[in-house]
Parts: sequence; C-alpha cells; structure tokens
Amino acid sequence: MFDVFFQPTWSPYTAGAGIGILVCISFLLSDRPLGISTAYAKVSGLMEKAISPERVESEFYRETIPRVDWVLVILPGVIVGASLSAILSGQFHLFWVPGMWETAFGANAVLRFIAALAGGIILAFGARWANGCTTGHGISGTSQLSLSGILFTACFFLAGITTAFVLSRLIGM
Amino acid sequence: MTLLKYLQRNARIQLVVGLFIGVAFGFLLQKSGVTDYNVILGQLLLRNMTFAQLLVSAIIVAMPGVYLLVHFGCAQMHVKPGTLGSVMIGGLIFGTGFALLGYGPETAAGAAGTGALDALCGGIFGMILGSGLFAALYPKIKTRFLNRGPFPAQTLPELLHLNQGLVIGLAEIVMVGILLALAHLGW
Repeated sequence: MFDVFFQPTWSPYTAGAGIGILVCISFLLSDRPLGISTAYAKVSGLMEKAISPERVESEFYRETIPRVDWVLVILPGVIVGASLSAILSGQFHLFWVPGMWETAFGANAVLRFIAALAGGIILAFGARWANGCTTGHGISGTSQLSLSGILFTACFFLAGITTAFVLSRLIGM
Repeated sequence: MTLLKYLQRNARIQLVVGLFIGVAFGFLLQKSGVTDYNVILGQLLLRNMTFAQLLVSAIIVAMPGVYLLVHFGCAQMHVKPGTLGSVMIGGLIFGTGFALLGYGPETAAGAAGTGALDALCGGIFGMILGSGLFAALYPKIKTRFLNRGPFPAQTLPELLHLNQGLVIGLAEIVMVGILLALAHLGW
C-alpha cells in the first residue's frame, strides 16, 4: 500500500486535491491561508538584519516582520518534501540546465544562472508588489473567491504566456 | 474550539505545523511534476496543462472545504484586500519573472529539493534579492501605485450580490467543466 509514495508521478488531480486539503488544514490549524512568497521576504529581512540592523527598521519590515515563523518554515519544508518525493522515486539528480532551456539556449550553466537569477528577482518583486504569489493569491485567494486572487491569477498567466511565447519566437524554442 | 485557539496561538506548535504542511506541499508538488522547468514552460507555451490541472484541482477541493470550515465556525476567511495598482501590476511583473525563471516561489523551492541548481542558486537567491529590492523601494511604490484603484468589493459573491454558497456551486461546475474540456482535448 506504500507503493504510491515510490511512484514517479501522481495525476495532477490527485496531487491538486491533496494541496486543496493542505489549504484547509492551514485555515483550520493555523488560522491563515497557505502561502510561501512572504518566506523569501522574511529571509531577505533576516539577512539584512544580520548585515546592518538599522536597515530592518524600514516601513516594509515593520509590516512584514523578519522572524522564523509559520510562513518561513514552509520554505525549507517544501525543499525537504520535494527532495523526499524525488529520492523515493529515484528522480533526484543535480543539474544546472533544464532540458527545454538547453534545447533553446544551449547548455551554458552561467547563462541559465543569470536568467534564473533575473527571473527570481522580477518574480519576487512582483509577488511583493501584489502581496501574494501563485499559492497565496492563486490557490488560497481564488479558493475564497477573492477578487485579488482571481485577478492576480489572470494577470500572471497572461504575462507568463506572453513572455514565454516572445522568448520562444525569438529563439525558436 | 479552545484547543484550536490554543494550537493557533502557540508559536512553537505553529512552527511544527508549518514545517509539516511545507513538507507535504513539497511532496505533492514534486509528485505532480510541476517542480520540473519543462512542465512549467510547457504550460506557458500551452503544450502541457499539468500546472493548470493541479491549480484547478486544488481550488475545487479548497473552495468548498474552506467555506464549510468557516460555516461551522472552525476557521475564518482571510481575503487579501487588493487594488488594481497592486494586484494587476504585481501579477504582470510576477508572470514575466515566472516565465524567465521557469518556476514559481513554491515550485522553485521544490525544484531545488530535486537537485535543480538553477532553481536553488539562481531562483531562490534571486527571490531573496528581489524581495529585498522591493522592501527598499516600498514607501515610494506604496504611495504611487499600491493604493490606486481599490476594488468595489473584496470577493466575487460581494461584487455580484449573490449568495456565497451559490457562487461556489457555480464555480465548482465551471472548474470541473474546465478539467473535463482539457481532458477531452487530449491533455
């Protein structure tokens, strides 16, 4: 009966339903919606605090207090959980350049690193601008029929699809 | 209820709960395949619908689940108030970065766990830097953009002046219809 944990993939319906249950558990046990992007802001705040304590007195960090709390531990939790899943199914392996990137842009790890870094900076800037991400707005927000969740989801899909198509047209992905 | 309140207010217990939810979340993300760059880019190029199927399936379960928890007094709603200036502009910036990185904030963490060094060193580090950059510019962005265009209501039922249960019922039918249509089209 434990075979399922060793399978390489589950259907997105099953995994999605499981994530839906996790959202309910967050509301029930923690009185908060499931989200993750705030964790990156808190890590950023903790790092700034370690380097120069006065910077963390800023308005942003008064509202998003940098401390190890529920949302921050979601981040290492996800890393560990995905690792566990990949190891159990024998999929864990270290690599720098994913397949579709390599087909389009070649196997240069430095180029991929720069794009991922730039993408990460832009994405997190947008997540803080919108006060949420694919999980916080996309799943938790939309599940409450919140207008911010629904509009965020429409906007990120629109921009994501447009950017991906522009990149693919330029490169022939 | 008092036990629930105690659980929710105990910071140490919440760390354990958060870690447990995070581990389960990461496990499910990897099992569904969305921690793979190729699956995310496949979605954005409309060649692979796994990400959309996962998102819609999660909402199909969470929407009535949260509603029932709130209805029976076991939970509270946590609707984030938004404005056009925050959610629309933020969503467009987010989506652009999402396509370039090829992972979201949760799937980048998951991908790092599966050994994707681009997600770990580029993605996660970039997201920490991007958050810090936003924090530095926050006061200016807040006054110029974030308060612009407040929504006329917080939720869809409020906007439409309809019963929440009714809107959830309709939304469930639409979402199951989307999944059936995608499956019918061969995804």
